[in-house]
Amino acid sequence: MAGTDERIKEMSPLRRALIRPELGGIVGTIAVFTFFLLTAFDSGMFNAQGTLNWSIVSAQFMIIAVGACLLMIAGEFDLSVGSMIGFSGMMIAIFSVTLGWPVWLAILATFAMAIAIGALNGFIVIRTGLPSFIVTLAFLFILRGFTIYLPQTIERKTIIGGIREVAEGDWLAPVFGGKILQGLFTWLGEVGLLATFERGTRAGQPVVDGVPMLIVWAIALVIFGHILLTKTRFGNWIYAAGGDAQAARYAGVPVNRVKILMFMFTAFCATVFATCQVMEFGSAGADRGLLKEFEAIIAVVIGGALLTGGYGSVIGAALGALIFGVVQQGLFFAGVESSLFRVFLGVILLGAVILNTYIRRLITGAR
Amino acid sequence: MTDTGARAPIIRMKNIEKHFGNVIALAGVSIDIHQGECHCLLGDNGAGKSTFIKTMSGVHQPTHGEILFEGQVMEFADPRDAIAAGIATVYQDLAMIPLMSVARNFFMGNEPIKTRLGIPFYDREYADRVTMEEMRNMGINLRGPDQAVGTLSGGERQTVAIARSVHFGAKVLILDEPTSALGVRQTSNVLATIDRVRKQGIAVVFITHNVRHALAAGDRFTVLNRGKTLGTAKRGEITPDALQDMMAGGQELAELEGSLGGTI
Repeated sequence: MAGTDERIKEMSPLRRALIRPELGGIVGTIAVFTFFLLTAFDSGMFNAQGTLNWSIVSAQFMIIAVGACLLMIAGEFDLSVGSMIGFSGMMIAIFSVTLGWPVWLAILATFAMAIAIGALNGFIVIRTGLPSFIVTLAFLFILRGFTIYLPQTIERKTIIGGIREVAEGDWLAPVFGGKILQGLFTWLGEVGLLATFERGTRAGQPVVDGVPMLIVWAIALVIFGHILLTKTRFGNWIYAAGGDAQAARYAGVPVNRVKILMFMFTAFCATVFATCQVMEFGSAGADRGLLKEFEAIIAVVIGGALLTGGYGSVIGAALGALIFGVVQQGLFFAGVESSLFRVFLGVILLGAVILNTYIRRLITGAR
Repeated sequence: MTDTGARAPIIRMKNIEKHFGNVIALAGVSIDIHQGECHCLLGDNGAGKSTFIKTMSGVHQPTHGEILFEGQVMEFADPRDAIAAGIATVYQDLAMIPLMSVARNFFMGNEPIKTRLGIPFYDREYADRVTMEEMRNMGINLRGPDQAVGTLSGGERQTVAIARSVHFGAKVLILDEPTSALGVRQTSNVLATIDRVRKQGIAVVFITHNVRHALAAGDRFTVLNRGKTLGTAKRGEITPDALQDMMAGGQELAELEGSLGGTI
């Protein structure tokens, strides 16, 4: 057995921590929470309702960030996520309200359609060899166009409501629009651990009456994505496809299949987001999901993924999404002008990309 | 060294032709490769070396001609077929993915599986252990199995790729210019690795345009020029100068060499 090479320096614990993709996300999360605990603690941001508020917003970011993260690690982008959210929501509304289909059928049909469009995205990228940036940019416009055109033509308006009414008693709708642990929260209210309403029709009920399914979906997707990426053979293929597609092909990795499946998964995540939103609002609007593709990508980049693919972390992306949700809502609680959120987005994106480039050099030992 | 003539060749490429449109890249190349030999394929740029080995490894399908592998006629539709049959190729700079760990690279496409609750998971423990063992056998000291390939030198990357092919049961190992981008020390490491692999009974096809590297490792030498073979020579039957001349088409290089003082 050979000894260690005298020319390889021991890595300091700091350097080793630096090459974990989640580092930026962890540091950012701590910083953001510290900041708002200090500046907005009295505003109600961290009581039950406030927590639910930023948790929901973070969960929305998380759902689309998981898809965008796996796709980016596989070496591709999807700019049509936001349009897909609008399109999927609108299709559920058209199927269930306009056409009168049962809501479960409308949801399943929409999922099938969205996943098929995701596959088409992937197929075109693979077949033409064009950058996914361009192909999905085309779909950003195509899907958004249909999302405006269809309701205008069919219903003469751009918002279709009445979904909550038709979803009444449906078995699938609560999976996206329902809540869980309601018994626990009622009990917490009764024993006084959770604030209850003091007046009005809901007097005596807890201020938060359960965990929305949106949050359950977010957590489930993050766990699924993380295990898929780090603990399975397919996860290794995702890294390989994004790291160097040709080298992966030579080693026998089915790169095309991996990439197309990731486009489909991204579309699936966008549709989960859309369905939860439609069930919550009871309506679908033609402008839903605007700019969401970029927010998903920023969350993923803050989470330590490289734009060039082959490296990243689902946990990191989830933390990126959490930072987003907390800051977006926190600025509101702290009484700061909400347009500053965009400034924050831009600044943090730039910082994250610069940090990631540096970390990449650390990993590969380049100077 | 085993007598390569006595046994049936593991691969016999018979009269391979490959046309790309109206360009004839290979105009009838025949070559035999035996177990346990290092067969060097020499030729200048554009001689058809790459096209020829890509036919052998399933990337290209020959326009005419036959590939016999262990006596059977083979038609490889894609590289996976060739890999499954036992023909592995290590490409010069496409062997490894720098951002991934050595262990993940080593098992890329062949990940070990352990099943928990009916779900197939990547068996990281096994992958890490085997990678460390194989690397130690090849004389590469890793900080750990999760060290990124990007931190290895070019020679070490070639060695990892060779070890990987051997581990997964390659009978024929095609090395596409493994030494052309390496320094002296790294080159000798790779040549030593080739020697070790050959002694395990694996057939090595070593593509190079460096005569000295070829003579250091090879048992037989086939020279390609303009899509044709100029013949195969055994070790000891040919001088470096004669090989060099065959590769370059003789005359011109001799004149050049004169003016450069015999340094090429």
